[in-house]
Amino acid sequence: MSAETKKVRLTLPENEVMSPGHLACQGCGASMAMRYALKALGRKTILSVPACCWAVIDGPFPYSAVGVPLQQSAFEAAAATASGITNALKSLGKDDITTLAWAGDGGTFDIGLQALSGAVERNENMIYVVYDNEAYMNTGIQRSSSTPHGAWTTTTPVKHYRKGQKKNIMEIIVAHHIPYCATANIAYPEDFIKKLQKAKSIKGAKFIHLFAPCPTGWKHGPDKTVKIARLATETNTFPIYEVENGVYKINKKIKNVKPVAEYLRAQGRFRHLPEDELEYIQSMVNKSYKRLEKLEAAFGESA
Amino acid sequence: MKRVLTGNYAAAYGATAAKVNVVAAYPITPQTTIVEILSEIVANGELNAEFIKVESEHSALAACIGAQSAGARTYTATSSQGLALMHELIHWTARARLPIVMTNVNRALGPGWSIWADATDSVSQRDTGWMQVYCENNQEVYDTTLMAYKISEHADILLPTLVNLDAFFLSHTSQVVDMIDQDRVDAFLPTYAPEYKLDIDNPRSFGSLTSPDHYYEFSYKMHKAHEAAKQIIPEVHAQFAKEFGREYGMTESYRCDDAEYLLVTYGTIAGTTMDAVDRMRDKGIKAGALKIRYFRPFPSEEVRSILKNAIKVGVIDRMISFGHEGAFFTETKAAMYGETVPLYGFIAGLGGRDVSIKDIESMVDKMQAEDPSNLIWIGVKE
Ligand SMILES: Cc1ncc(C[n+]2csc(CCOP(=O)(O)OP(=O)(O)O)c2C)c(N)n1
Ligand SMILES: [Mg+2]
Repeated sequence: MSAETKKVRLTLPENEVMSPGHLACQGCGASMAMRYALKALGRKTILSVPACCWAVIDGPFPYSAVGVPLQQSAFEAAAATASGITNALKSLGKDDITTLAWAGDGGTFDIGLQALSGAVERNENMIYVVYDNEAYMNTGIQRSSSTPHGAWTTTTPVKHYRKGQKKNIMEIIVAHHIPYCATANIAYPEDFIKKLQKAKSIKGAKFIHLFAPCPTGWKHGPDKTVKIARLATETNTFPIYEVENGVYKINKKIKNVKPVAEYLRAQGRFRHLPEDELEYIQSMVNKSYKRLEKLEAAFGESA
Repeated sequence: MKRVLTGNYAAAYGATAAKVNVVAAYPITPQTTIVEILSEIVANGELNAEFIKVESEHSALAACIGAQSAGARTYTATSSQGLALMHELIHWTARARLPIVMTNVNRALGPGWSIWADATDSVSQRDTGWMQVYCENNQEVYDTTLMAYKISEHADILLPTLVNLDAFFLSHTSQVVDMIDQDRVDAFLPTYAPEYKLDIDNPRSFGSLTSPDHYYEFSYKMHKAHEAAKQIIPEVHAQFAKEFGREYGMTESYRCDDAEYLLVTYGTIAGTTMDAVDRMRDKGIKAGALKIRYFRPFPSEEVRSILKNAIKVGVIDRMISFGHEGAFFTETKAAMYGETVPLYGFIAGLGGRDVSIKDIESMVDKMQAEDPSNLIWIGVKE
């Protein structure tokens, strides 16, 4: 048995809140993400979803796939709408319901950043999950400030591909001093679920930056979503860590770190990149990861 | 209980009497004192509500949308630039059929920066589906705020209401306001109990992807709700008058019955116009004033029945729809379609320019002289 087909025993909660009849593309990382999230949080959850793929995935009126109440919102308003929901629940004395804001990278890193900053600064009692597919996918794959260096999108065509690193959203949110921030990856559902359950138990603003590949936008087969997602972490491109009350902890320390090229070469959106760019990206990944290790050393449990 | 209140405080106490569950608002001159007094009212426990101190007006209305969808009665207030920033969500509120009540202090838009009275801000929200009321005095602000909740929440309406008052002329001017005892308010305005809300026992998605198969009917139903409001608003006014003794209409006529020269207007200019009418009557000119309270739904039939017997009608707008004319003038002309009474449009008081009794008298002079197709600017410095 090769490493790729090795059987892994998952210990996911068995309950299914979300129904299979949704509108996601085949292999959509974001749809898997919601299924896991609702397994973790259960039916006593209210969703705030702005314009993004998930505004569509849920299904057309009058249908809904999520199995919990869902409030659609304007593109930049997920966190503000969720603020309203959580305050209404508080005012009406319903304190056993989780408010879950669920937005794309565009709705979080870009147009929704102001409302998100406001909501987390106020420490609103909610969980905010950004499912990061590194572009505006709903509108047909345009770059966002989460699109990584080197990537093709329709607004960063091959001749003018994306230059510059993606925004470090975790650092931005950590700077708001909220009780809990974490990264997660759909390739590690147990870790994601555990983090959501932990977030649910904490009062105040909780933020999860979730890595969720998009086969349509990243130009890979729908069967490769999980593999590519895992490669992102195995190459230290997307490290899994959490910051609880300012304390950094890298949750997955990769023993045999793979070369970033392995991750990049698995996707069509990086196909055009010359070797020197791969080297540059590798050097940036190394630098970012070192920085994270230093943060953990300085502000970790043992610090 | 009678108290001396500014228009802004009258609005804030109106929302307090309505026992809103959630407030979300952001300061802007001249609305700021609403935010400040409500912060105090909530902090000292006079109002048992959550006050979300948002980072923008856009988030203020988004938060109200979220809260109202979750079953709370909500309140926000803004003005001018803030209202403009909310625009996307102003549409959203109405299309989501959420009976949110918002106070707007009518203020000019920049540039140049002007904090003074002008109705361009609210009129620019005309086609969003909100009901819009314009107030003339602080008692009206208080009463209208209370009634707005009852009207907006009516099961056959379910539309938000924008309650407008003029910058400074009302927002910062103190008048005696008769505040209603809480138990009597509670009897008039019961606890908000929406039929549709975010409910974990009956999970639904609100605002989903909508095909042309449904969107068209959603819009049709919103329009039908506005039509229903034209029936329900007078009923609520009547109930309010019966309970509390103060009478309101969608319009208010002043010495209109035998009037030959009728002036139509809204907001604080209406009060000045009524004074001017008295003066003109003293001089033997049969003048009258029609104050429009509801801009949406627009009471066309009522306006028409009051104006149709006049000799000439003038409409005073504290705003200009550039390239056309004042918006209330347009609506009044449309309401008068088929009638032969000549109509004049007057633009006055933009950006807080004072509109005096003399100015209003001069309008009647001009109506006697000029071609009705003219749009007449009052007091322009050439
Ligand atoms: C104010 C506004 N601007 C633009 C849009 C168009 N729009 C809808 S979704 C979207 C991109 C969403 O990207 P992201 O948040 O990353 O979510 P994804 O589609 O990738 O799931 C855009 C640009 C909009 N709905 N509202
Ligand atoms: Mg995206």
